[in-house]
Amino acid sequence: MHKVAQPPLAYDTQLEQLEIELLLEAIFRHYGFDFRSYAFSSIRRRIWKRISAEGLPNVTSLQERVLHDPQVMERLLLDLSINVTAMFRDPGFYRAFREQVIPLLRTYPFIRVWHAGCSTGEEVYSMAILLEEEGLLQRSRLYATDINEVVLQQARAGIFPLERMQEYTENYIKAGGKRAFSEYYVAKYDGALFNPSLTEHVVFSQHNLVTDRSFSEFNVILCRNVLIYFDRSLQTRVHRLFYDSLVNFGILGLGSKESLRFSQYEDCYEQIASEKIYRKVR
Amino acid sequence: MAYELVVIGTSWGGLHALRKVLSGLPAGFDLPVVVVQHRHRDSDHLLVSLLQDHTPLRVCEVEDKSELAPGDVYVAPAEYHVLVEPGHLSLSTEEPIRFSRPSIDVTFESAADAYGARTIGIVMTGANDDGARGLRRIADRGGAAIVQDPSTAESAVMPTAALRMVPEAKVAKVEEIGKLIARLQARQKAAKRPALASEPSRGKPAAGGDGAPPRETR
Ligand SMILES: C[S@@+](CC[C@H](N)C(=O)[O-])C[C@H]1O[C@@H](n2cnc3c(N)ncnc32)[C@H](O)[C@@H]1O
Repeated sequence: MHKVAQPPLAYDTQLEQLEIELLLEAIFRHYGFDFRSYAFSSIRRRIWKRISAEGLPNVTSLQERVLHDPQVMERLLLDLSINVTAMFRDPGFYRAFREQVIPLLRTYPFIRVWHAGCSTGEEVYSMAILLEEEGLLQRSRLYATDINEVVLQQARAGIFPLERMQEYTENYIKAGGKRAFSEYYVAKYDGALFNPSLTEHVVFSQHNLVTDRSFSEFNVILCRNVLIYFDRSLQTRVHRLFYDSLVNFGILGLGSKESLRFSQYEDCYEQIASEKIYRKVR
Repeated sequence: MAYELVVIGTSWGGLHALRKVLSGLPAGFDLPVVVVQHRHRDSDHLLVSLLQDHTPLRVCEVEDKSELAPGDVYVAPAEYHVLVEPGHLSLSTEEPIRFSRPSIDVTFESAADAYGARTIGIVMTGANDDGARGLRRIADRGGAAIVQDPSTAESAVMPTAALRMVPEAKVAKVEEIGKLIARLQARQKAAKRPALASEPSRGKPAAGGDGAPPRETR
């Protein structure tokens, strides 16, 4: 395991902050990726990871490389992207969804779900399985989006590591799964290939929460473990996007350590479960 | 410059040690305390309530962008790294660092970078070397480094590793760490009092300096 990249001690933290702001501004102006309002501490770690991997001395030298060599930009993009995910991550969330949200969804003739920041798709397949078991998949459409085209490709393929199936099976059972989890996949290509019928109702597409607009009205929006990478001002902006994209009484699901408390939208929602599941009420 | 943040890292045997440190903090303690304890992913709320039973300070689990309030204790959730930003905490699900998530190093390093010399870092009992690098960084930025006396630790690996990286750290038994913090604070406040005279008070001065001083090895 390589050592954690660190800015040298002699580095003045204010100067470093200025250089990072300039780097992010340059990336935005030149490449259009807007990381300017991401949470500073985390983006800083990722930037230093790239600086040391490229053998560079400081942030400004990385800016020079990034602007003149698109391949360095690509490598930095991969570093900035944190895609860790799992099927039925936080089983309690899916259990609460099954028990408290599904009855509400039954009242709709057609259900639109948006997975914002779906990464490699595990969350989307989990939701498709849940809707299937509740008899709602046929009248649902799941829009699964992410900023990162590489992870979307993997999501479309629907092949997940075999060695994680035991963990996922346990999660599935804790989440209130009704069948044998192994019914949903076959071992293939050194992985677990999930039943393609699950994605017949899924549309995968690239979407940037920072710069793109809403593209529909949704009954459910799940955005889990994505907003933690944004600073508060950007979180509030994205919450406005979600609020505007939800139907009245629509459902917003967040990651288990996220909350609406620090956004300006707390009063617009009612929390309907002990998990981070909210209902738009005004 | 007064201390503004305490970060504590521990692993194996940490619950017991944490309880002692928290219950040893002086009355009216007014710094935010961030606790990173390695543990199983299903044990979050349990740890919070087990600690709450031993301190009048408010103990809560970190949520993303939690604001750091004086005298509150923030416990890192299992499976997330906690990063310190000026005035608040951010979470990340980035890969485990040297097999740990939460990683003590991640929290300590970000604390050192955000709070510099205003940080007090404490490494206690544990069975791996997480926290040593982070404590080094806190010390390098001028913050205070405290390590639990390895001979009194349930598992000496972590404090020993921290002392190897930060030989100048103050060494104390868990029962004495609270008093040591109070003394560090009092010393600073005494030194800074004239300069601070025109500023609004930052809460009452910490008690301490009364009992026997904790053992300090260098
Ligand atoms: C940690 S993953 C979360 C995956 C899944 N939702 C979960 O909770 O397991 C975060 C994802 O957010 C995506 N992301 C980061 N910034 C984004 C943006 N501006 N717009 C859309 N997605 C973004 C990343 O590419 C990454 O796949």
